[in-house]
Parts: sequence; structure tokens; C-alpha cells
Amino acid sequence: MRRVSIISAGMTKFGEHWEKSFRELIVEAGVRALENANLEGKDIQALFGGCMASGTFIEQEHIGALMADQLGLNPIPSIRVEAACASGGVALRMGYLAVASGAYDIVAVGGVEKMTDIGAEDAAIALGGAGDQEWELFNGATFPALYALMANRHMKEFGTTEEQLAAVAVKNHKHGFLNPYAQFRNEISVEAVMNSGYVATPLKLLDCSPITDGAAAVILCASEKARGFTDLPIEIIASSQASDALALASREKLTEMKATKIAAAEAFKQARIDAKKVNVAEVHDCFTIAEILAIEDLGFFEKGYGGKAVEEGETALNSRVSVNTSGGLKACGHPVGATGVKQACEIFWQLRNEAKERQVKNAEIGLTQNVGGSGATTVVHVFKRGD
Amino acid sequence: MVSPSSSLIWREIPERYGMVGSVCQTCGASYFPQRKVCPKCRRKGKLALQKMPENGRIYAFTEVHSAPRGFENESPYFLAIIELSNGVRVLAQIVDSEKEKVKAGATVEMRFRKIFEAGKEGILAYGYKFKVV
Repeated sequence: MRRVSIISAGMTKFGEHWEKSFRELIVEAGVRALENANLEGKDIQALFGGCMASGTFIEQEHIGALMADQLGLNPIPSIRVEAACASGGVALRMGYLAVASGAYDIVAVGGVEKMTDIGAEDAAIALGGAGDQEWELFNGATFPALYALMANRHMKEFGTTEEQLAAVAVKNHKHGFLNPYAQFRNEISVEAVMNSGYVATPLKLLDCSPITDGAAAVILCASEKARGFTDLPIEIIASSQASDALALASREKLTEMKATKIAAAEAFKQARIDAKKVNVAEVHDCFTIAEILAIEDLGFFEKGYGGKAVEEGETALNSRVSVNTSGGLKACGHPVGATGVKQACEIFWQLRNEAKERQVKNAEIGLTQNVGGSGATTVVHVFKRGD
Repeated sequence: MVSPSSSLIWREIPERYGMVGSVCQTCGASYFPQRKVCPKCRRKGKLALQKMPENGRIYAFTEVHSAPRGFENESPYFLAIIELSNGVRVLAQIVDSEKEKVKAGATVEMRFRKIFEAGKEGILAYGYKFKVV
């Protein structure tokens, strides 16, 4: 396997882009990524794009062809990757494997979702497809409800509090406030989260990530050739993915994501580091409880201590480990297919010292963790500054 | 769900009406809903139908306030992961139960109920819910 680096990144602002179409979002992110590394379309040999549910959101399929066509990249092979909310992260992994294998030297990896062309109720149905339609959604489950069940159990077993859940949202809004790409650039208080209405107890409106339009892209290059395009390539030193039961009730535990634990163990083995070495991480906080599970299952904190760690500021910007400096899914927004690629963009900028106001000091090792559904897919990447 | 077809509802009647799951005759593990492959034994597994017990305990629960389409009239309602007496966990609604009694560890029994009306034809989808006893 060859070593692989990211040589460029680009994304749209995340938000409600009523004025922009699905294809415009793709082009905006893609062209930014190409221009940032001074690349031309002819340099790109293949394209991998994450997109979860365009069929339901905009009734468009065949996204691989659409991406290559709109970006002017024909006739290179272009592949859509779908793994629910982990589509972007898995697309990154597919691009990584394509370069690592030697099949290509330079590939583009993108992610996109256009969620606001339909109403929120229809969007909820589209997102429901990430769960088990026949045995969860059929019986009245919603996505917030599935994560609420995990939160309920975590609170029972470890004494995690609703205020600790709220602390995740408060921190991520604080970070989003500093990120020009974020959907929500406002700070919120624990009281505001606590007073937002229940969606599914114990989760309230401000425990949930929003509905978002957006796209993100990175360019991957064989590390041996990366310096021909940039002085500071960011190497992907681990890429791993694991699967678990689709339905929450069929999992061994509700208080952990086994797929995250397995993917993390594999990633740290590949990277030859342990969790303590990670300076900056983008984790999958589709709901506040998800970030608590993530920082425990990735090994940043002991199981059961996640809520307390967030409350005590151990995951804030420039603390023990800076988690979700982009604002996370909560504040930066969650265009599902784009999220995993946005996470890689954020780590790329952090490790290159380009994150401006939200910059983590002396960041050398970064990590992304992207989850599909309620934990049936997890994909983890570890990144290292190449100097 | 968006609008399940009548064939989907029809073919799942044994599971939804009678909670008929699977048992692996090689390792003894029970599954609900049914599986065609035992994840533990894989090709060595031998799956047969098995009726699930209709009683168990609440393992985790939530009160859903923001209901999906088709469930608006019931909002708010309790949704739980029930651990059946054989250890198999299922996700289902809790019905006909006093709010204070819905908590982890509470004993529940299966009840046959209407789940929702499906699609434009208004096909009635029935299935299992649970009541605290």
C-alpha cells in the first residue's frame, strides 16, 4: 500500500442554500478544492462522491455521472458512495484505497447533500432510511428517538445528565461561531438548550443537528508526489471502517458504538499511535449524546466519563483534545453526504495552521470519526502533518 | 415509513402479529426479527422459526414528542427497547401505561395494536406494542 496525502480542500458554506442547486453546491466545493492546489481538471484521475439520499431529497440518482459531468471531469470514472450519514467518510476511504493501491495517483473525493428542497417532515423520512425502516421506523421510531434511547441508557448506567448533553451543543456552537463555513454562528447557553422543547426525551431541539445544504471536497495524492502540488501535504496515516447491526435493538450495548471502537482500534494500530496523541478531532455529533459516545469509544476518555469531560471543558478548543472545532454537525451543520468530507477539510486546515480564529495550537495529529445511522457504520481516519 | 406496500405488510404478518422470530439450532441463539443467516455460526448455523416470549422488561425508553408522519395523533408516545424474557431485544411502543410506571426495569407484556394507516389506500398496519403490567 502506498502512502496517501490530502493536497487540497474546499467546501461551500453550510446552511440553507435556497438559491443554490445540488449541482451548484458540488461545483462550488469541487472547484475550490482544485483551485486551492492549482490543479486542473485533467490532473484528476477518478472521482468518489458521498451522497446519502438525493433520490428522496431531489429525486436525482446517478450522482457519479452528474458530478463528473458538472465538474467538467468526463470521461474519468466517477463513483457515488452511500453509507447513510457516513457516506462522505466512506467516500474518503474509497478514494484513499484507490490511491494507496496504486490504481491512481490523484483522485478527488467529494460529499454533498441538498436537504432543503423538501419540507422538514419529508426530510425526516429521507433520513429515516439510515435506520431499519421495517423494524424501527415502522414502529414509530425517529432518528432523534433512537439516539434518545442511547442517551436514556447512558444516563441510567453512568449518571450522565441533560446538562452534560447540553454542554456538547454549547461548546460546538462556540466553535461554530468562529467558523465562517458554519451554519450557526451564534453562541448558545446551557439554559437555552435546556429550555428548547423535547424532541424525544431526554433530547431537546438544541441537542439535534440541523437540516443543511452543503458540499465539501478534498484532493488525494500519492504522498511521494504530493509535494509537487503543495508545500504542506497532510498525510492520511490510517483509514478504517467497521459495521454493526442496522437496528439499535440488535446491538450488544446501547451505551457504546461497537463499530466505532473496532474502527478506532484498527486506525490507531495502522497509525502506530494511541488516542492520547490526537490533538484535534472531528467526531459525529448528529445528537449531543453521539459526541459523548464518540469521545469514549475513540478512547479519548474512559467509558461513562464523556459527559463530565465535556462539561469540564476537556474537549474545548485548545484543551486536552480539541473536539469539533468546525462546530461539528450541531453548529457547522449536517448535509449528510458532505459531513464526512467536511470533517477531513477541517482537519486539513487545522494541521496546516490555516484555521484562523479556531486554530488549535501546535496540532500535529488529527482524527475524523463519521457514523452512519445509529451506529451501523463507522469510518475513522487519522491524519498527520507532513513536515 | 413512507408508504409500505400491502405485500410488505402481508409477508411480515407472522413476525408482527405473533412475534415469530428465529432460533439457530446450532448455537441456540434467538433472533427477532427473523434472520436467514446466524451471524455467530454463519454457514454452520441452522435457523428455524421460534415464537418469542410476549413478556419482558423495559431496557431503555424515550417519550417521542416530535412524531413522524402517521404517528402525529399519538404524540407524545413512549418508545422503548424491551428485553424479552429470553434476552432478545425489540423496539416497540409502550401503550396503555401510566407515565410514572414507564421506567427501566418495568415489567411489560405484548399487546396487539394498530400501528398506523399505510399509504393512500389506508391499509391498516397492525403489530406489537407493550404495556407495563
